[in-house]
Amino acid sequence: MTVNHYIFLSAILFSIGAVGVLIRRNPLIMFMGIELMLNAANLAFVAFSRQLQSIDGQVFVFLILAVAAAEVAVGLAIIVALFRTRQTVNVDDVNALKG
Amino acid sequence: MESIPFYFLAALAVLAALGVVVMRDPVYSALALAVVLTALAGLYVLLSAPFLAAAQVMIYAGAILILFVFVIMLLSPGREGDAPRGALKWQRPLAVIFGGALVAQLALVLLMTILPTGRGLYTPEYLAQIGSTQAVGAALFTDYLLPFEITSLLLLVAMVGVIVLAKKKS
Repeated sequence: MTVNHYIFLSAILFSIGAVGVLIRRNPLIMFMGIELMLNAANLAFVAFSRQLQSIDGQVFVFLILAVAAAEVAVGLAIIVALFRTRQTVNVDDVNALKG
Repeated sequence: MESIPFYFLAALAVLAALGVVVMRDPVYSALALAVVLTALAGLYVLLSAPFLAAAQVMIYAGAILILFVFVIMLLSPGREGDAPRGALKWQRPLAVIFGGALVAQLALVLLMTILPTGRGLYTPEYLAQIGSTQAVGAALFTDYLLPFEITSLLLLVAMVGVIVLAKKKS
């Protein structure tokens, strides 16, 4: 398996995540699409880390894991707050900056 | 040797990722996401990064996914409603077309580029000898000490922010 196989898989996963963010109207599933894109980037990092025989890519992935955890916590809290005020989880219904 | 598990895990990851996107019920999407994350953990093992595979299973498939499921059950949003309305009517087909275009572009760039090969210190044999946990830990606490400390600050800020956001208005 060359690095190209892994990078191509990473590209496919990233595109599926991007399409998921665009076609779904439920913010929870749009968030899962963002997680897919983050994981695709992680896979590319690890693949290049082995290709370049360097440990730096793996350290980056470790830091990305921590950032993703923080991002998900804040994002889900925003969704919960949104649901409390608007009683909806359809992003089309959330079109005002001030609620 | 490496190719059979690679193709198995890659097919599993792609199918489950499609499942995340097309499932109507958010709980099924979350379960499909768990399959994607676990398959990626398997791929990290193939890439001689077992420490990251364990971290992936614990942080992503454990913590983050549980958080997702908690919020889904808290909100019980149910099935998604109609397709986008009005100005967004064409968003779905356009998104699929542009997603396919994105894959094609990335594949084209990948085919036209000769990726660099490195001769670094951390060969798979060396990593297997000293263990990837020790290698990542040593890099994290020497060269990357400042980003590591900033990450801890980021987690603290996120925690405070979540408490402020989720607090009920009195």
